[in-house]
Amino acid sequence: MTNRLDGNVLAGALANLFVQDATELQARCTKCGEIAPIAAAMVYPDAPGLIARCRSCNHVLAAIVEAGDKTYLSLSGLSGIAVPS
Amino acid sequence: MSTRAALPPRAHHRPAWHVATVLETRAETPNAVRLILDVPTWPGNEAGTHLDVRLTAPDGYQATRSFSVASSEPGRVVLGIDEVPDGEVSPFLVRDVRAGDKLEIHGPLGSYFLWRPGQSDRPVQLIAGGSGVVPLYAMAATHAAASDPSPFRLTYSVRTPEHVFFRDELAALAGPSFTIDYIYTRQAPPDWGGTVGRLTRESLVGTTIAPHERPRIFVCGSTGFAESVAAWLLELGHSPRDILTERYGGL
Repeated sequence: MTNRLDGNVLAGALANLFVQDATELQARCTKCGEIAPIAAAMVYPDAPGLIARCRSCNHVLAAIVEAGDKTYLSLSGLSGIAVPS
Repeated sequence: MSTRAALPPRAHHRPAWHVATVLETRAETPNAVRLILDVPTWPGNEAGTHLDVRLTAPDGYQATRSFSVASSEPGRVVLGIDEVPDGEVSPFLVRDVRAGDKLEIHGPLGSYFLWRPGQSDRPVQLIAGGSGVVPLYAMAATHAAASDPSPFRLTYSVRTPEHVFFRDELAALAGPSFTIDYIYTRQAPPDWGGTVGRLTRESLVGTTIAPHERPRIFVCGSTGFAESVAAWLLELGHSPRDILTERYGGL
């Protein structure tokens, strides 16, 4: 029988993955495949929130929007974020 | 088998909000101040780090901007802040802040645009535009304090001698392992032998470490400055992997 758990069990793994500062991590653009540190993306701060775009193809990599008492994070344009073990 | 010396352990400075008390504010350039902050909870920081300053208006409106840190020790933070006309945060910090005032700061931030002693023995080329010299000054100071053997060179594009940040400190750091080339864009010192004008790809050739020496390059300045310089460096033959940029906005 397939083992099944819930998201609570991810806490330890996520605490290791969501490092204190992710800007040095390498990630891949889902559109053009460019692999670069997150810090090297182009960031547009004047949209509602912060929009990070690929330095090669301008694809939207990530968005961080603060609204009320929540902050919304989209990483829809990033894949393969490499986190040091 | 590796013969490289082990790297020193990386300092682990978890970003957090801190209450800073202004110890001193003094004119740094005609448009900028140096703020010296007492922050008892500040853990110290690596060279190249920045922090966010958050201001809150009486009506609750908040504005946050990032500023590079010129210092590195625990408990104390030094900032060099240029006034951005029509800015929401910098005019207050440059004109209105007084000793004894309290500021909310968040940091240390950034794990990319950093220089760490002992990381590499390759030469390091720093390229600054205006107030973009602040994190690069922190790197040069850390390089000197650590007696790191890698050669350092700073190319500093600045309007006039009066607009140089950390002028005395930079002069004191200069020596056999740290050289400085100034590019004066508006007005040079009276005894200046070079030309006056904006940095160009051609002037980079004579004032920066050549591509065949494979320098690691840190570029910090306005968005336009950083992007122009990075493009020229690529044209001159430097590898994109060796060029780290930090843009502070503007044109």
